[in-house]
Amino acid sequence: MATFQLELVSPEKLLLSRQVEMVVIPAAEGEMGVLPGHAPMIVALKGGAIRVTEGGQITESLFVAGGFAEVTAERVTVLADEATPLAELSRAEAERRVAEAEAEYNAAGMATPEKRDAAMERLLSMRAMATLAEAS
Amino acid sequence: MASLKALRLRINSVKSTRKITQAMKMVAAAKLRRAQSQAEAARPYSERMARMLGALGAAVTGSPDAPKLLVGTGAEKTYLLVVVTAERGLCGAFNTNVARFARNRARELEAAGKTVKLLSVGRKGAAFLKRELASRIIGEVSFAGQKRIGFDDAAGVATMITTMLDDGDFDVCELVYNRFANVISQVPTAQRLIPAPLPEMAIEAASGPQALYEYEPAEEQILAALLPQNLAIQVYRSLLESAAGEQGSRMNAMDNATRNAGEMIKKLTLNYNRTRQANITRELIEIISGAEAV
Repeated sequence: MATFQLELVSPEKLLLSRQVEMVVIPAAEGEMGVLPGHAPMIVALKGGAIRVTEGGQITESLFVAGGFAEVTAERVTVLADEATPLAELSRAEAERRVAEAEAEYNAAGMATPEKRDAAMERLLSMRAMATLAEAS
Repeated sequence: MASLKALRLRINSVKSTRKITQAMKMVAAAKLRRAQSQAEAARPYSERMARMLGALGAAVTGSPDAPKLLVGTGAEKTYLLVVVTAERGLCGAFNTNVARFARNRARELEAAGKTVKLLSVGRKGAAFLKRELASRIIGEVSFAGQKRIGFDDAAGVATMITTMLDDGDFDVCELVYNRFANVISQVPTAQRLIPAPLPEMAIEAASGPQALYEYEPAEEQILAALLPQNLAIQVYRSLLESAAGEQGSRMNAMDNATRNAGEMIKKLTLNYNRTRQANITRELIEIISGAEAV
């Protein structure tokens, strides 16, 4: 099967760079499966799972807390704020961060709408993390 | 001439100083390697970020509601200088160089009739700037006691900057830090953060195939999220470069100190031996002349 170059980068290091067959990324407006030859796009990401398919099987599943992705016909670059393999997610940790995000959201409730939106987004991505942690 | 005992003590104390500087040099060398690899690991992200930003920025610049982070406030009156220095001393002229560079830049801007505000990152620079430009300092950040600098630290500084921008505290933001040229040379550099300079290749490519990207959600929204992230990554990069430079500079300084101590020991030892000989000769003369007198 045709492949394309997938790069997953966090600010602290290059996490993944290799040829894959398909990748599913959690785009801001819904999950998006990318195959080789995709139309060029730049998308924002929300909290969710990135799933990498090679040889007809899912070989990597990682949680990203948000970020951006650049898609071109022969390359996908994911700039993740934070990426953790699903297997390494812990439920306690996820729940703690959900609680943190909730507190932040409540605190931002009275502040400017932008701040509240940002807090909401963080809360949603943390909830996604908790769900994924539970499932794995 | 100093007594033998005093010389002996002196030699011993210089020897222990040399041991310390030698050890510090080794430690700095090890830390330098780590700091360099950390800086290298951060490079792919900032490169990809620049590429994306180039494509986006070219698409949005010129539109009236382009975000402030990209185009600035329109004025050019108040400058914010973010000065990155080290947390520790004993690294040669590293801190002084960057702080002096910042001071000159501030003076230059003030001479041109601009208002200057300073945000100092790092304990050592803060001390210098407080002596020279205390009234312009509006904030201080220090990572003292932290083993390594994480992206979160940089993001914190970036948030401070964006909050200040939103409050209308400044129009133009510049980052002053020691760029890591190589192990023995660090170049104090001023880099503009806001308005964000677009990578040059992006402007050229704006009319090329790069302009064909689809965006989800809209350009403006992505840009609004991407720009603060870009700011954070720029700050992060400068922190890492500065950290690597600090270790390089310290390694050098300690190498020189070790060499100087070695030279000093040599001189003192010579002096010591001469004094010893002189003492023996003097004693012999005393004995001989005493025997003759009898």
